[in-house]
Amino acid sequence: MDEGLKSELQKAGIFTTTLSDLYNWGRRNSLWPLQFGLACCAIEMIATSMSRYDLARFGAEVFRPSPRQADLMIVSGTVTKKMAPQVVRLYKQMPSPKYVIAMGACAISGGPFKQGYNVLKGIDRFIPVDIHIPGCPPRPEALLHAIMTLQRKIAGDSLHWDRRKAEEEQLMAELPIPECGTHDLLPAKNAKIWNPEPVIRS
Amino acid sequence: MENTSAAIPDLQSVADTINGAIPGAGVTVVSNEGPSGQDSLLFQNKYAEACARWLKQDSPWKMDYLSNATGIDWTEEALKKKLGKDAEPEATAGFLETVYHLYSMQTSAGPLVFRIRTGNRSDDVALPSMTPIWRSAELQEREIFDLYGIHFEGHPDLRRIMMWDSFEGHPMRKDYVEPDDYEYEPTPHADVLKKSATHQNPSKKGGNQ
Repeated sequence: MDEGLKSELQKAGIFTTTLSDLYNWGRRNSLWPLQFGLACCAIEMIATSMSRYDLARFGAEVFRPSPRQADLMIVSGTVTKKMAPQVVRLYKQMPSPKYVIAMGACAISGGPFKQGYNVLKGIDRFIPVDIHIPGCPPRPEALLHAIMTLQRKIAGDSLHWDRRKAEEEQLMAELPIPECGTHDLLPAKNAKIWNPEPVIRS
Repeated sequence: MENTSAAIPDLQSVADTINGAIPGAGVTVVSNEGPSGQDSLLFQNKYAEACARWLKQDSPWKMDYLSNATGIDWTEEALKKKLGKDAEPEATAGFLETVYHLYSMQTSAGPLVFRIRTGNRSDDVALPSMTPIWRSAELQEREIFDLYGIHFEGHPDLRRIMMWDSFEGHPMRKDYVEPDDYEYEPTPHADVLKKSATHQNPSKKGGNQ
């Protein structure tokens, strides 16, 4: 509906919306994060949920202890290769629609510990990430900005059945849980969801 | 509480005292030319436990707190660099070493540093564990076992602590080769540039930075 008409009607006291707008409004204003702090970024996440940078006013007050009840996973902190299978397992236990925020440099790409033998160089090697927050650690305001960006993203979600989206969801459901091999994780990455562009130097 | 602040005298006299108390112990002093200047005692493996117990119970300083245990991988190159090119071959054959830092809660003495060395880096890698004497060595010796491969005899629960149990290899050894997951390096430099070189696009002339 035309925005001008919408605001005119609102001034007259008539509120118009679409079903998907209403549905997405409900979903994005009550994101329930999973209690998932790994390292230092978790402290910033806790600070964001405390009284100064209140996360509760965005609907994300209740950090669920169980993945079955959460719809947002904030991967905050370095993901070690020992922990990576558990992260993927928890992600698979979350019911969809689910979202992932990679908080901090370590969750995006391994961060300052990128050359570590036990560091997973980015959680997006195994699970699809919606929002990346750079920073080491990112300030609570940055996490709030990420939640707001995610809310804008959810507002654009469509309720219609979409073949491509259904195929994508099918792909996501088949995420293999990596095993701890003798030297590295097997597989070292999920090639279906992690396709970085080849780096070309000039 | 009576605080007998018995300061530790110079290490050579400590070594002589231990050698006197435990016949045949053969404790020597390893000097440290680095900035910290912290010299340490070198125990022989067979007498290490007896010397450690003496330090904890019978010494005038009562070293009852082990604050740190760490491992060192002395490769041949490192030893040659330290002892010079003219050193004898048996002195520069590689070994693994564990260094312990002791303090005393009762007498506020410390730090006292002692080391024990393995025979070589491949098959003779067993050392006596200090866990039965100081409980705080338990997790630290597990870490040394995980990362260096030193097997501690007498440790109640020796298994890997940082890497997963089915992992093979000891990452802190100098000859450890880490897995190659450097496929995506937008801004490599120094070592990382070398490691990611195989994944980068070699087609352009005057290729990588």
